[in-house]
Amino acid sequence: MKRLSGFYLLSLVALILPQIFPDNYYLTVVGVFATLHIILAVGLNLLMGYCGQISLGHAAFFGLGAYSSAILTTRYQLDPWLAMISGMVLVFIIANLIARPILKLKGHYLAMATLGFGIIVHIIFVQTEALSGGPDGLGDIPTLSIAGWAVDSDIRWYYVTTISALGTILLSLNLIASRSGRAIRAVHGSEFAAQMMGINSNKTKVMVFVFAAVLASFAGSLFAYQQNFVSPDSFSFFFSIELVTMVVLGGMASTYGAVFGAILLTFLPELLIVFEDYEMLVYGAILMLVMIFMPQGLFISLGHQLTQLKKNYWPNKKPAGDQQ
Amino acid sequence: MNLLRVKHLEKSFGGVSAISNLSFDLPKGIVFSVIGPNGAGKTTLFNMLCGFYTPDQGSIIFKKENAEQNKEVIYHSLHNMATHQIAACGISRSFQNLQIFFNMTALENVMVGCHLQSSSRFLPSLLRLPSVIKEEQRVKQQALNALAFCHLDHLANEMADSLAYGDLKRLEIARALASKPKLLMLDEPAAGLNDTETQQMSHLIRKICDSGVTVLLVEHNMELVMTSSDQILVLNFGHLLAQGTPDEIQNNPVVVKAYLGEDI
Amino acid sequence: MSDYILQFLISGITVGSIYALVGLGFTIIYNASDVVNFAQGEFVMIGAMSAVSFSIAGIPLIIAIIMAMMVTVLVGFALNQFAIKPAKGASVVTTIIITIGASIFLRGAALLIWGKDFYSLPAFSGEQPIHIAGATILPQNLWVMGISVLLVSAVLWFFKYTLLGKAILACSCNHTAAQMVGINVGKMMLLSYGLSAMLGALAGVLIVPITFSSYDAGIMLGLKGFSAAILGGIGNPIGAIVGGLLLGILESLGAGFISSGYKDAIAFAIILFVLFVRPSGLLGHEHQERV
Repeated sequence: MKRLSGFYLLSLVALILPQIFPDNYYLTVVGVFATLHIILAVGLNLLMGYCGQISLGHAAFFGLGAYSSAILTTRYQLDPWLAMISGMVLVFIIANLIARPILKLKGHYLAMATLGFGIIVHIIFVQTEALSGGPDGLGDIPTLSIAGWAVDSDIRWYYVTTISALGTILLSLNLIASRSGRAIRAVHGSEFAAQMMGINSNKTKVMVFVFAAVLASFAGSLFAYQQNFVSPDSFSFFFSIELVTMVVLGGMASTYGAVFGAILLTFLPELLIVFEDYEMLVYGAILMLVMIFMPQGLFISLGHQLTQLKKNYWPNKKPAGDQQ
Repeated sequence: MNLLRVKHLEKSFGGVSAISNLSFDLPKGIVFSVIGPNGAGKTTLFNMLCGFYTPDQGSIIFKKENAEQNKEVIYHSLHNMATHQIAACGISRSFQNLQIFFNMTALENVMVGCHLQSSSRFLPSLLRLPSVIKEEQRVKQQALNALAFCHLDHLANEMADSLAYGDLKRLEIARALASKPKLLMLDEPAAGLNDTETQQMSHLIRKICDSGVTVLLVEHNMELVMTSSDQILVLNFGHLLAQGTPDEIQNNPVVVKAYLGEDI
Repeated sequence: MSDYILQFLISGITVGSIYALVGLGFTIIYNASDVVNFAQGEFVMIGAMSAVSFSIAGIPLIIAIIMAMMVTVLVGFALNQFAIKPAKGASVVTTIIITIGASIFLRGAALLIWGKDFYSLPAFSGEQPIHIAGATILPQNLWVMGISVLLVSAVLWFFKYTLLGKAILACSCNHTAAQMVGINVGKMMLLSYGLSAMLGALAGVLIVPITFSSYDAGIMLGLKGFSAAILGGIGNPIGAIVGGLLLGILESLGAGFISSGYKDAIAFAIILFVLFVRPSGLLGHEHQERV
């Protein structure tokens, strides 16, 4: 099973680490955020990296999931699982409704439209105080329990979100190596040629958009249960931009790139705390430098470097395709 | 038996007529070439046939599969069909300006061509159900066959953006063939190729036709057109100028005049 | 009722003028280098903040403003030289992230220099309101509108009638072709970034007596300027101006008649609607693909 060897390795590391460091802040607290970000970034990468459709409003779906869970469990005493599923259904409907007109737009216009959508949703979170709690947010959200096993400690949350993230990665890897996945990439490569091969490009784009949105909603619900609190700040325009940055920084059109980007951008602010007042300056500089010198993203650029190194060390190995 | 019938087709862009009152029948199983000076409307015709442009007037109809079984020929009208629906009727094409999926390997490019030959849907693909795995293997084999047909099998796992120009031209054809079309439209397949490659292209076109696929060819290389075509249609300023076998066309004074000017 | 409308229109046009200037800055950089510069709002902030600082230091207002413009233009040059130029040939999304990185960097620098405080300038010519048909106009509103009209006219004239302006436009059509006819593309890029930064700085200086400024004031202005440029049809300077004014007026009317909390939502909803109907913006033209 060569196709999934990277995935197995990643799963092994992710599940063994907490055995070694059960009480490590970076693993069980920051790690939970990293895994939630992985779910979001892997979904967004399907849309942006593979299908070539930019979205500057992805945080909206994350927020819709989180608020659905928060509102339904606290105000209507719904079971957390049912609330989560309701959120995903809601997002499925909303995403389907807006995807058609939005995805007809191209390039910067698409960026503008998704950005606008994200901002509108954020404003609704702030303004519908009676329901959402307004700018102050909504607290006392119950936690999840899986067949009586309450997810109520950092380490338990680590396992829940990590397994969810691993599941998302597996879905993404499966999808990309399939007929639908090739259709998605073909739409990116040449939309017209894709249509000529019988691919309904509009439908394909809508499908990816909706899937990424539902994944974000799922992550949002997990986030709400894990935090027991939601407020509009977590779902602003900035978070949408951060998600895009994760995808691009890691390396577009690579599931592992998105994973890498999500982990990196989650830990970076933690590491930059040492710079105190200079934190923002350094963060911006790192972003610029990486993108200038590794425009394809860290994961892909480093991957190329490794292959180059390998070639230098085993020069005898005949490169594939070199034949006469 | 006609595969494609074009009747009274009209298309103009901002008042400039690109195709005017064009009618012709395309018989099944032959290599049918459309030639004409630059700006004659060849690419416009192609783009209308595959749904990229909508004709202003006229009709394009395409024979349905197994239509003659009940002794009644049924046609699709391609008018107002989206490109992907036209593809599903059994039309595929290559492009004058390469439209390769450069973000994939050669094999994956051709596997996209198998889209209509496979049916796995989104959700089963996410879960990689056994049916999906089985179909993947079949599609891969089918794509490898199409690559081999176009002499590209040795490049199957190369990224498309590392292929040479001539290989990319054939890759487009392999990809189109993988969709098992009844009509294959080739838009200047020999443009930019050297003499040897043009020779190979000529053989390939013949081989495609022999395998039962009707070929509609637009090409500027007259040697290629004259040696590989069964029938030729000449366009000039959007009008049909002449139609006939290569011999007839070569000896048609009107065609010679249109190509070489008044004084010949 | 009609009094209110006039009042809202005045404030809408004032803010809209600023959006138009920022949008015009976006357009100039987009045309010269195909980059959507998300650090455009930071030009506005830097222009405003440095003018305030120079003014506080006792420099006469007019000289403080000129110095602030110069500082901002230098930042624009630096952005082109150190961030955009080395990343030549990168994809659209990559350059977007680079400019976002630049905007965070500039915000970080502003935070170090000016802290988190709010700054303002005195109005250019007093605070005495003028009453017209039941509406009040502050002299600063007139300054904003007047100088914006002047600036916009100057920029349009520059691109239409000067050789330099035409050279920049030539670069926007085709870098290689422009190079072939002897245009120094690098210099033109630098010039575009400088010009765009200058417009941003002036927008900042004009608005800071009305709205105050802080290290993160550029974010929202940048977003609105981007929206203005897209609404009008990206790459079209007139479109950016129309888009900016429209956005300002919509916001102001939305805030006045519907809800101030939803004013941005209303503005963005209308932009979305416009894009659904006209996918290339109000004045943009659809690009026909060739196959």
